[in-house]
Order: sequence, then structure tokens, then C-alpha cells
Amino acid sequence: MEKVTRLASEKGVVIFTKSSCCLCYAVNILFQEIGVSPVVHEIDQDPDGREMEKALMRLGCNAPVPAVFIGGKLMGSTNEIMSMHLSGSLTQLLKPYQTSLS
Amino acid sequence: MNSPTSHFVPPRRMGVYDPIHQISMWEENFRSNVSLSASTLLIDDAEIKFDNQSEYASHGIPGTSKQYDQEANRLADKIQRRLAQNREAARKSRLRKKAYVQQLESCRVKLMQLEQEVDHAKQQGLHIGGTGLGSNSLGFAASLNSGITNFEMEYGRWLEERNRHTLALRNALSSHMGDVELGELVDGTMNHYFKLFGMKSAAAKADAFYVMSGMWKSSAERFFFWIGGFRPSEILKILVPRIETMTEQQRSDISNLGKSCQQAEDALSQGMDKLQQMVSESVAAGQLEEQTNTPNMSTAMERLAALVSFVNQETLLQMSRILTKRQAARWLLALGEYFQRLQALSSFWANRPPKPAECLIP
Repeated sequence: MEKVTRLASEKGVVIFTKSSCCLCYAVNILFQEIGVSPVVHEIDQDPDGREMEKALMRLGCNAPVPAVFIGGKLMGSTNEIMSMHLSGSLTQLLKPYQTSLS
Repeated sequence: MNSPTSHFVPPRRMGVYDPIHQISMWEENFRSNVSLSASTLLIDDAEIKFDNQSEYASHGIPGTSKQYDQEANRLADKIQRRLAQNREAARKSRLRKKAYVQQLESCRVKLMQLEQEVDHAKQQGLHIGGTGLGSNSLGFAASLNSGITNFEMEYGRWLEERNRHTLALRNALSSHMGDVELGELVDGTMNHYFKLFGMKSAAAKADAFYVMSGMWKSSAERFFFWIGGFRPSEILKILVPRIETMTEQQRSDISNLGKSCQQAEDALSQGMDKLQQMVSESVAAGQLEEQTNTPNMSTAMERLAALVSFVNQETLLQMSRILTKRQAARWLLALGEYFQRLQALSSFWANRPPKPAECLIP
């Protein structure tokens, strides 16, 4: 759990993924389209992957990946991100972290 | 067959899908001809009785041996005739029976073939045909997966309901219905679309490939297909000009929504590409789902299909927040009419007379 929270707070935009997960891939692409370069942690490539997965589930995610943290806070998974993006609130939230203008 | 009453229909005119009807026709023929022969025999019996009576009558008159001979000859002739008719009837009956049995045999073979095909297709997880107003597969909505069969039936009902909503919207707008009532109609129509998204998500659990390929839609709709549905951004682009009056704020909001949709679609399309690549590699390597322990493929497809439905739903929701009820009614009417026209187009194309084949004769 500590690893997850530590990693989540290291940078502004952090995504926990699995290398085989195409939804995680899609979320990553979306962020890049918005002009943000998130830090991606592939938990299936991590030796502590199992614990991290459990920790993410305990934090309230239905599916452990993709798990998106903005400013250290858990924003949710695919549905939450899509919903926020379509309502316009995601771009607002990510303004401080934009590395390139979209 | 010389019998005037038998009307023998060769199998090819009947069409191969109608063996049962053909068999019952045969049975009718069989029975009617048997009864005809029976009645012929009855007539002969009556004649013989009559002749016997006349024979007995003439027996009492002495000195009429010539008459007796004539009677005896007539009787013998009648008996011969009757026997010949019997033989003929029996022969015909045997021929009919043989034809009937042959018919049964060929139907049996056909049935076994069909059963084999069904089993084979089951193994491959295929579905035959689909519904939808445009597709020409009316009698053939046979699926081998009950989840998909249910979905197809439900979708038929959903379409009818959608058409009713569209009609109601048209009437409401032309009759200048009040805002409150119109608002309820709009909400009802939106909920009806949300219902479809739920149905699709459930169907994806039964067979994600089916949902991804849009088999239940008409052919013209499939032309526009993107991961199990329409692109939300396309819907916005096409139909927003149909809403006549909008404020600057609304135009700006819709423009932003369109942009966000586009970005979401790009991300999902790339996710889909990755999924296709993974599935393709698995299949090429011979690693099918049943052989591995982790059901990654189907879960991934289900999730992707569900997410696409969710994006569609969210787009509708956002539109309803940006537009007034009256504008939303116009937009939903345009949406319903658009899909109806696509289905009509499919139907029109499917029912065109076929183009003459070119250059069959060199």
C-alpha cells in the first residue's frame, strides 16, 4: 500500500497499468492527446505487483488497472476518466501538468 | 404414374427447406389414391353382387343355358377386370410407397447434414444471420448462443419502441407541445438509448466478438461501425446543424464536446488496435482461451465494448445538459430519423433486382 501511495504522489499524473491491458493503453493515449505525459507503472512487471494490485482494489477500484492518480489523489478508472473528459473537467484538472499544448 | 388425381411435385420446385410440407403432401396423395382404388373396388363389388343376383334370378328359368353361359362369361370378364384393376392398383401403390420412402430417406440425410453443420458452427462459436430492418435474414435469426438470441429479440422490440419515440417527438414538435411534457418525452427517449447500452454490455458478456462486429445492425449501419457502435463525434457533426437556434455558449460547449469525443475515440481506437494485435498474436501462437488459465482476451473485449457504450452514453448526457429540452427534442428526432433512413437504405439495396451478370456468353 505504501508503495502505491508513494508512487502516486511522486508526480502529478500517475497511472498504474498492466502491460497486456489495452484499456490502460487507451487511457495513456488519451492523456497524451491532452498534452500530458503521465508516469506509468506496470504492476505486472513489478516484483510487488500482487500487493500493489490488492492495495489498488482496497482503495476502491473495481478493476485494479488502469488506476489514475492526479495530484496524488485517486481519480478512478476508465469510466471516471472518460466521464470527466467529456464533461470538460479532466482538461481543467490537468492544466497544471500539461507539458505540451493540445 | 398415370393416375389423374396424383399431382407429383418434384423436390426442386418445392425448395429444400420444406421437407415436412412435402412429406405431408405425399401422405395426402398416398391416402387419396388408396381410397380411390378402394372405391373402385366397391363399385366392382356392387356390380358383382348385382350380377350374382341376376345370375340367381336367371337360374330359376329352365332352358336358358345360353343365357347362363353369357352370364358366366360376363362374370368371368368382370372378375378378370377386377383382378387386373387390383394388380394395377397394387402396382401403383408400391410405386408410390417407394417414392415416399425415398423422400423420407433424402430428408433424413439432409437433417443429419444440418445437424452436423450446427454442431460444427457451435464449436466455432458462430452465429447465423442477424435481425434489423435492413437485413434480409427474416427467417434465419437462428443463433447458437442464448444470450445473443435474447439480445436479438430484445433489439427487435427496442427498435419498435425507438420508432414510436421518434414519431412521438415529431408529433410533439409539430403540435407545439408544452416544455414540461416535451421534457418528459426527451427524458424517456434518452433512457431508451441508455437501455440499449445496457443490453449491449450484457450481450458482450455472452459474445464480445458479436457485439464488436455489430451483426444485429442493418448493412448500411454497419458501414459506419466503430467498435460496436457509432462514433459519437460523427453523430454530433451530422446532427448539430439540424438544431436551428443555439447560443454562442452552446456552440462553444458543443464544439468542446466534439473535440473531447474525438480524443476519446482516438484513444479507444488505439486501444482496440492493441487488442486486435494481442488476439491475433494469441491465435497465431495457438494459444486459445481454453488452453490458458487467464481469460484475458474475453474480459478485455467485454471491458472495451462496455467502455464504448459508456462513452456513447456520456456523450448523450452531455448533449442533454447543453441543450434546452426543445433543442434536445429536435436533436433526438433527427437522430431517430437518421437511423431509420439508414435502415431503409439497407432494405432498399438488399431488395434491388440483381444486376444482370456480365459476359456470361463469350
